[in-house]
Amino acid sequence: MVAALTHILGIHNLPLAEDVVQDAFCRALEVWRFRGVPENPSAWLMATAKNRALDLIRRERTARTFAPELGRLLNSEWTVASVVQDAFLPNAIKDDQLRMMFSCCHPRLTEEAQVALVLHILCGFSVGEIANAFVSSHAATEKRISRAKKVLAASKTLFDIADTALPARLSAVHRALYLLFNEGYHGASPESAVRADLCQQAMRLAALLLDHPLTALPATYALSALMCFHAARLPARLDHSGDLTTLSDQDRSRWDLNLVADGKRLLDLSAFGSEITEYHVEAAIALLHAAATSADNTDWNRVVSLYDLLMKIRPSPVVALNRAIAVAQKEGPERGLEEIGAIAGRDRLTDYPFYSAAVGELHLRRGHVEIAREHFQAAVALARNPTERRFLEKRISACENGRSTRTSMPPSDRPSSPAAPAHNSLPPLPPPARSRRSRESADPTDERQKGCSIESA
Amino acid sequence: MGEFTFLYRGGDRSGSPEEMQQVMQKWVAWMKELGDKGHLKDPGHPLEHTGKVVKGKGKNVTDGPYVETKDIIGGYTLINAKDLDEAAQLSLGCPILDRGGLVEVRPIMKLDM
Repeated sequence: MVAALTHILGIHNLPLAEDVVQDAFCRALEVWRFRGVPENPSAWLMATAKNRALDLIRRERTARTFAPELGRLLNSEWTVASVVQDAFLPNAIKDDQLRMMFSCCHPRLTEEAQVALVLHILCGFSVGEIANAFVSSHAATEKRISRAKKVLAASKTLFDIADTALPARLSAVHRALYLLFNEGYHGASPESAVRADLCQQAMRLAALLLDHPLTALPATYALSALMCFHAARLPARLDHSGDLTTLSDQDRSRWDLNLVADGKRLLDLSAFGSEITEYHVEAAIALLHAAATSADNTDWNRVVSLYDLLMKIRPSPVVALNRAIAVAQKEGPERGLEEIGAIAGRDRLTDYPFYSAAVGELHLRRGHVEIAREHFQAAVALARNPTERRFLEKRISACENGRSTRTSMPPSDRPSSPAAPAHNSLPPLPPPARSRRSRESADPTDERQKGCSIESA
Repeated sequence: MGEFTFLYRGGDRSGSPEEMQQVMQKWVAWMKELGDKGHLKDPGHPLEHTGKVVKGKGKNVTDGPYVETKDIIGGYTLINAKDLDEAAQLSLGCPILDRGGLVEVRPIMKLDM
């Protein structure tokens, strides 16, 4: 709704558009207190916002300028109602959401700011919810959003999808949506309810991109496929007691097969054109995990070679770590540790709890219990929320028992800064040092842009 | 059996959208409970905070009422109850009470025939 209103009111009037929506919302709630909530509340809200916008334009058109490209139409009493009416048609709203999404991913904004804006304007998240999702303070989030809005307001109009800047802007949009999704999938927020919501929003916005011929490109299909594969595993990421489970330990019967099927279909559709993006590769890796009946039955050879490819397309320490974990699955913990030791830029991983945890896990598999314990303790000190801490503490107790029962961790990553690999987790490792196929695997699946993550869960 | 009005005065109307939504849901639940027990004659309406005041023999029309927010009447509901005590008892569940507002319970005047 804010997007539709911004289209009419002009992007410089974004705060006004937000006020109109907020006002419509508050009025509706007040009336519904007495009269009950109607069957189709969103249609009511939409109609109320439309009428408020019309009132506002009539009242203030001499004092303010609205969308420059609509100026004359809004100034004439003959056309104003139909312009406002048209802006609220379902297709126009979709279009405006798309344009707003591109506007939010303004090159002058950091990726975090882009995502915060998308959540705020297009998903209706409050500052408090966004602060919660990104584990940052209310004040800092508020500042970030209001600064970002100023940048947005300075652009004269909503981004035009037909603009020549589309390709560059589209990759920023992809990254922002992936960041949003990953924040939901394995972000630092301890609240699982918020997280699933973030994943859903990212998928909804990606579906909007798929709906428009100019943005339904191979990378968009691949990204959507990737999200489907990850989302399919979401129901199994936490066990019944709310603890993280690693990819290898997940109850695969809880995976959502419909989403896996959707992902496959989208991945097929992504195979046109000549470009292979990191999303294609990551989706292919995720599909290998999704298709395997257990960690042992995963095609680790192909997983490793896809990671090799990913390292060429978008190298990062986190991708390298995920790759090393896959190597450990295939060739045993010693080889995994060698690979980890060879990661370029490994020092950038040291703040990342799942890096230490991965190293600990591999030592544990080799039977080097003391060394493993030290690494897990280092990981616990870096844990970002109680769920991660519980997970890592269990690993320490596994050291005490002298054997590893299960392992792995979930990864996450967030693309943010290259220096900070996102959080992720690591993968799992196999049982003690016996065979090289471990039962667990780590699956690193995601990573994304600069950062990338590791995944295991 | 008698008829009463609940006049709602004041009450904090600000808050985040999530809070407002929760408040709304409490109202809806409370109204439903009154209705289920047969006490709701008419749920009534919320009132705009703006209006005109017409006053005196001179019939002066001014904008208003400009009273303090805490005193402004924000809406009304018509209630069936056995007596004033029961009506007051029914108002105890009103969510406005948690938001700094008050409910004025007034019997509707009737002539017994």
